[in-house]
Amino acid sequence: MSKYTIQGATGEWEVVIGLEVHAQVTSNAKLFSGASTQFGAEPNSQVSLVDAAMPGMLPVPNRECVRQAVRTGMAIEAEIHKWSRFDRKNYFYADLPQGYQISQLYHPIVGEGALTILADEKAGIPEDKVIGIERIHIEQDAGKLMHDQHPTMSYVDLNRTGVALMEIVSRPDMTSPAEAGAYVRKLRSILRYVGSCDGNMEEGSMRADVNVSVRKVGSTELGTRTETKNVNSVRFVMQVIEFEANRQVDVLESGGTVDQETRLFDPGTGTTRTMRSKEDAHDYRYFPDPDLLPLELDDAFLEECRASLPELPDAKRQRYENELGLTPYNARELTAEVETFARFETLLTETAKALGKPEADVATPVANWALSVAPGVMKSLGDEGDASNATAARQAAILKMQDAGEISGGQAKEIFEIVLKDGREPDEIADTEGLKQVSDTGAIEAAIDEILANNQDKVEQYMGGKDKLFGFFVGQTMKAMQGKANPAVVNQILKDKLG
Amino acid sequence: MTDFTNFGVREIRDGVAAGDFSAREVAESFNTAVEAASELNAFIVTTPEKALEAADAVDAARAKGEVLGSMAGVPIGMKDLFATDGVQTTAASHILEGFIPRYESTVSAKLWEAGCGMLGKLNLDQFAMGSSNETSYFGNVASPWRKEGTNAAMSPGGSSGGSSAAVAARIAPAATGTDTGGSIRQPAAFTGICGIKPTYGRCSRWGVVAFASSLDQAGPMARSVEDCAIMLGAMAGFDPKDSTSLDAPVPDWFGGLDADMRGKRVGIPKEYRMEGTDQAILDSWDKGAEWLRDAGAEIVEVSLPHTKYALPAYYIVAPAEASSNLARYDGVRYGLRDLPEGAGLQDMYAATRAAGFGDEVKRRVMLGTYVLSAGFYDAYYTQAMKVRTLVQRDFDAAFEQCDVILAPTTPTPSFPLNSLNDDPLTMYLNDVFAVPASLAGLPAMSVPATVTEDGLPLGLQIVGRAMDEQGVLNAGLAIEQRAGFTAKPEKWW
Repeated sequence: MSKYTIQGATGEWEVVIGLEVHAQVTSNAKLFSGASTQFGAEPNSQVSLVDAAMPGMLPVPNRECVRQAVRTGMAIEAEIHKWSRFDRKNYFYADLPQGYQISQLYHPIVGEGALTILADEKAGIPEDKVIGIERIHIEQDAGKLMHDQHPTMSYVDLNRTGVALMEIVSRPDMTSPAEAGAYVRKLRSILRYVGSCDGNMEEGSMRADVNVSVRKVGSTELGTRTETKNVNSVRFVMQVIEFEANRQVDVLESGGTVDQETRLFDPGTGTTRTMRSKEDAHDYRYFPDPDLLPLELDDAFLEECRASLPELPDAKRQRYENELGLTPYNARELTAEVETFARFETLLTETAKALGKPEADVATPVANWALSVAPGVMKSLGDEGDASNATAARQAAILKMQDAGEISGGQAKEIFEIVLKDGREPDEIADTEGLKQVSDTGAIEAAIDEILANNQDKVEQYMGGKDKLFGFFVGQTMKAMQGKANPAVVNQILKDKLG
Repeated sequence: MTDFTNFGVREIRDGVAAGDFSAREVAESFNTAVEAASELNAFIVTTPEKALEAADAVDAARAKGEVLGSMAGVPIGMKDLFATDGVQTTAASHILEGFIPRYESTVSAKLWEAGCGMLGKLNLDQFAMGSSNETSYFGNVASPWRKEGTNAAMSPGGSSGGSSAAVAARIAPAATGTDTGGSIRQPAAFTGICGIKPTYGRCSRWGVVAFASSLDQAGPMARSVEDCAIMLGAMAGFDPKDSTSLDAPVPDWFGGLDADMRGKRVGIPKEYRMEGTDQAILDSWDKGAEWLRDAGAEIVEVSLPHTKYALPAYYIVAPAEASSNLARYDGVRYGLRDLPEGAGLQDMYAATRAAGFGDEVKRRVMLGTYVLSAGFYDAYYTQAMKVRTLVQRDFDAAFEQCDVILAPTTPTPSFPLNSLNDDPLTMYLNDVFAVPASLAGLPAMSVPATVTEDGLPLGLQIVGRAMDEQGVLNAGLAIEQRAGFTAKPEKWW
């Protein structure tokens, strides 16, 4: 697929996209107060004196939030600033008790970094692409206004006030909705690998401000951009870009100019509308927060941050390919989400142990099982199955029987189905439910002899060169064995007999 | 009943500890004096029951033979900028009228821990903005001092004007103050008492209503250097709740007092000889140098070349921080809310802040908002911060040549109330000698030196190296011993 462009009346337009992702830092306490950060608590039950901006209250930085930001920076291979500083962003709003947000404008904690989005031909990303990340800074979240509690009044919930956010600012390096979507997914994946953000977009743990501008293909100048605030799903991010790009092209082609403005996305209609124009833009009067000393990080702290980083998505994917011999597709699918690789790796370890083989030797069947067989069975069972019954030990037991030729692929699925439904042990299921294949050469040979004797004509045709009939003999044998014969044994004996 | 009101901190705590008198007797004595002095308007609220309660606790502890705190039995006045649990805390502003915190500032908590009792919450300039105590919503504080032969009410200085008036009038043996750009030292000088602003970070700012965070510093105000040393010891200390708090041990300043200045060099900054400074002030300065020489010190001239830029820089930095610090008074969560009929959020902000803040507060909020706005930030705030660094370097260089610096505290003695109201710039000039040490975060103290011809007190200022409160207190003690300042205001209230 070619480059994402918009065909207008006056020519072809391309899109320039930058994203500012706000990611809520995983920590028990808020950025500058000891109050809890748990989601969904009773309104105003998690508010300290500092959060409510009582007179004389002072912020004290939470080291864990700083640590998470540093680890995130390291995960995108960014420059970590050993000296950074907090600034106040001043504006009045009812959800902002202090009258300012503590943020980092001038000296962010994390500088230039990057992440790679992977080629996805189907989505229109022809090759891997590096997206620059300009900076990550830490800042306070605001509270929440509730307008639906009273006919004439608005209510304020300060539980979220002061919760730590990382603002991750990309370079304007993306040129299509698909690339932006891939960027958000990749970033989310990295954050979840690192454990610095739960990435839960529905609960608002991650949201994006989407900057979009358009320009004629071939132009090198950037057009005027709009910023659409607080977009909270990958799909919506893509919709915003799609809508904004087309809207801007329409505006420009009809002789208008794009206003530099802040816009809001309406998920109901998939459209954006003006929130405030540049003229109404706040003058935030940023200045260094005099309540806080500059943040100075020492080498020991940075070393601890680095040592605590897990294997990251790209490294893991490459290891899966190079060391476990998985296909690029499987490696990519398995490493996309934390839960997926975690399940896979547990099962891989368990299976390798059960089989007494190196992990690399069993990785491919385990990957196939984890990515396609097991999910397939689970999906077909729906509510009848209980996923908690599918322990790694039980799944490994199934894979072991299959590897030993004791059960067929079909039987493996049947056994897994029973495991999911009843939580019984695979070995016992195979025995009591007769779900084992026969590898007894004597029995198979007897069956084959009988089939060959009853089908002399076909034997002759086969001998005469009609190779395709081999399948017929296999089928007949399996049927005679009620599907329980080990196909490898059947093939071998048939080949021997038919010479 | 004995009148204890001429007693200072040390006499009271030693007398209580020795059993010469009870803490309750002392508290009652001061409670009575406070009640009788309402004309001074030094207190916004009085809390006689708190003073008695603390006194009874001290008496009981003594009876049980328990170890008593360093200020056991001393009733004090608390500047109404410190949050006091269960007692109205207003910063002398209408916008906080009726606000009763459910928390106690670190400094006040430490004082109660040391055995102090609270006589009441002291009046001040609104949000500590002012140099005359004329910006309080709760009315001017009158100095107990008057010019000889006149009845005109004089300014007790500001912003800690309630504190200075109360201590000078002997209705409190000591009081807390806060100093952002001279707010302890200038009122101390105006009322003939001592006051020390310690090194920035010595006293926790937690629970102190903020004016300008990078400058605000609490300190004691009392009638003697040793009382200041005792009280500062009780107030200071690292507080993990204040990120700018100094994580350093608190020395025994009282135990370390020593007026022998031999081997010490005292710097006289030549740039402080400014035009417009009263001759009486210049004379007292010369006398101060003589006293310190007499105490054994060598007097050297030093240069603080950026002094003339300090005041303008201060009047950019402090209002800038204030404009942001005061944004929280918005009528949403506590304090005054003015919600006109049919008003929206922005209207509520405007109405609340218009009604809640006094003129001087509004002036500084506007000033601060202006200097931080887009297009002006670099010209004002950035420049001012550079000046601040240069002023700090001036002091660093000067302290290569001397151990402490001696200067006047103020360019003039106290002035009549209402005489400078229409002239904020002249008013701001009151702090011209005080502000440089604030910008540099250095310990600085005012001690009484003499009285003018018409009977008004004058103070001398000692500025020391960062963390060297001891050096400052010792030089103060040397002056105190030689100045023989015994003048006290004649009771008219």
